[in-house]
Amino acid sequence: MPEPSAPLLETRALTCVRGRARLFAGLDLTVCEGELVHVAGANGSGKTSLLRILCGLSEPESGEVRWRGQPARSVRDDWRGGMLYLGHRNGVKDDFTPLENLHASAAIAGERIADTVLLEALVDIGLAARLDVPARSLSQGQRRRVALARLLADTRSALWILDEPFTALDVRAVAVLAAAMAAHLRRGGALIYTTHQPVDIDAERRQTLNLDDYAC
Amino acid sequence: MLSLFVSVVRRDLLLAWRRRSDVLTALGFFLLVTSLFPLGVGPEPEQLSHIAAGVMWVAALLATLLSVSRLFESDEADGTLEQMLLSVEPLPVIVLGKVCAYWLLTGLPLVVIAPLIGLQFNLSADETLIVCATLLVGTPSLSLLGAVGASLTLGLRGGGALIALLVLPLYVPVLIFGAGALDAWRAGLGIQSHLALLSAVLLVALAVCPLASATALRIAQD
Repeated sequence: MPEPSAPLLETRALTCVRGRARLFAGLDLTVCEGELVHVAGANGSGKTSLLRILCGLSEPESGEVRWRGQPARSVRDDWRGGMLYLGHRNGVKDDFTPLENLHASAAIAGERIADTVLLEALVDIGLAARLDVPARSLSQGQRRRVALARLLADTRSALWILDEPFTALDVRAVAVLAAAMAAHLRRGGALIYTTHQPVDIDAERRQTLNLDDYAC
Repeated sequence: MLSLFVSVVRRDLLLAWRRRSDVLTALGFFLLVTSLFPLGVGPEPEQLSHIAAGVMWVAALLATLLSVSRLFESDEADGTLEQMLLSVEPLPVIVLGKVCAYWLLTGLPLVVIAPLIGLQFNLSADETLIVCATLLVGTPSLSLLGAVGASLTLGLRGGGALIALLVLPLYVPVLIFGAGALDAWRAGLGIQSHLALLSAVLLVALAVCPLASATALRIAQD
């Protein structure tokens, strides 16, 4: 076992309110490099809300998110640059082919990734036969794969935050994704994800965060 | 930063090219509304040339309003907007790129088609040129101000009506200086002052609107 490394992301006494409902309170979480964090909990327990707070899309009601030991708001560029978030929505344009989609999202994220790398990622995730087809004629699972191909092409981000990454994927794609996740963890990256499917991801350090324990 | 701007513009132009019909709505609206006036007001050449600049400007303003509410809609619906907010790149630059592509698709065509409308309103060549010049300087401001409205009303039910209430008052100075230029020229006053004021509005809008829009988008996604 390697020594416990410096925490990548920490939360202190995080409280989340959505509408009138208080979803969770007093949440302390520490995520270290190479660690796999499974966020569990019933529907409506605030899994998505938590992930959106962790990546900075939402503000918590109270409490603090810290990135590499500093308040995340004060190191915002470093925080955003070190993290890759994929939510429920794929960010895939119906009118673009898979490659054009990856190109556009890499450009928006401010990453320069070579075409060959992007193509390789698409082939690896099983879209080799669908490269010239606009995404509108892809199935739900194939669109999800286009979005997830970004993970395969990513080497910059230290932390992946994935909301239900396995939804709509077939067995083969789940296996490819789990292998990519394991490789990311071996590189020293960390991963926070939610899922309702039992998927075996190879990791040396793992923790499960059950949001039902923090419910109000 | 420039390469980000260019790639956002290219992306939006390519998307629009794949969905050509959406682009033509604003232009078709402008053509139709301006063509309705000669039919409604009657074919009195004197009267038509008198109201021409005002009608074209109001039509351009409404055409912008009609289409600008969709500026961020598809990016919001498919999750691209989330990725834009999370980018290390500055959000105002992304917004500016989107507005620039939007203007090229909906503002510039109005300027190009304006001489044809001018014929309907019995405008001379010089007068047509003046209207085109004011539209060229004025429509980017309409797009920029519209983008702020679009991001403020993003995801709201009935956002289309709300955006009109929010943005139309802001359009008033652009309308006054844009439509007034022709009258000033006819009165022998020259159009420099009107063009200068329109340019001033555009510069202020360029500096303020992308920032305001970006802030509104962050709040809308919270």
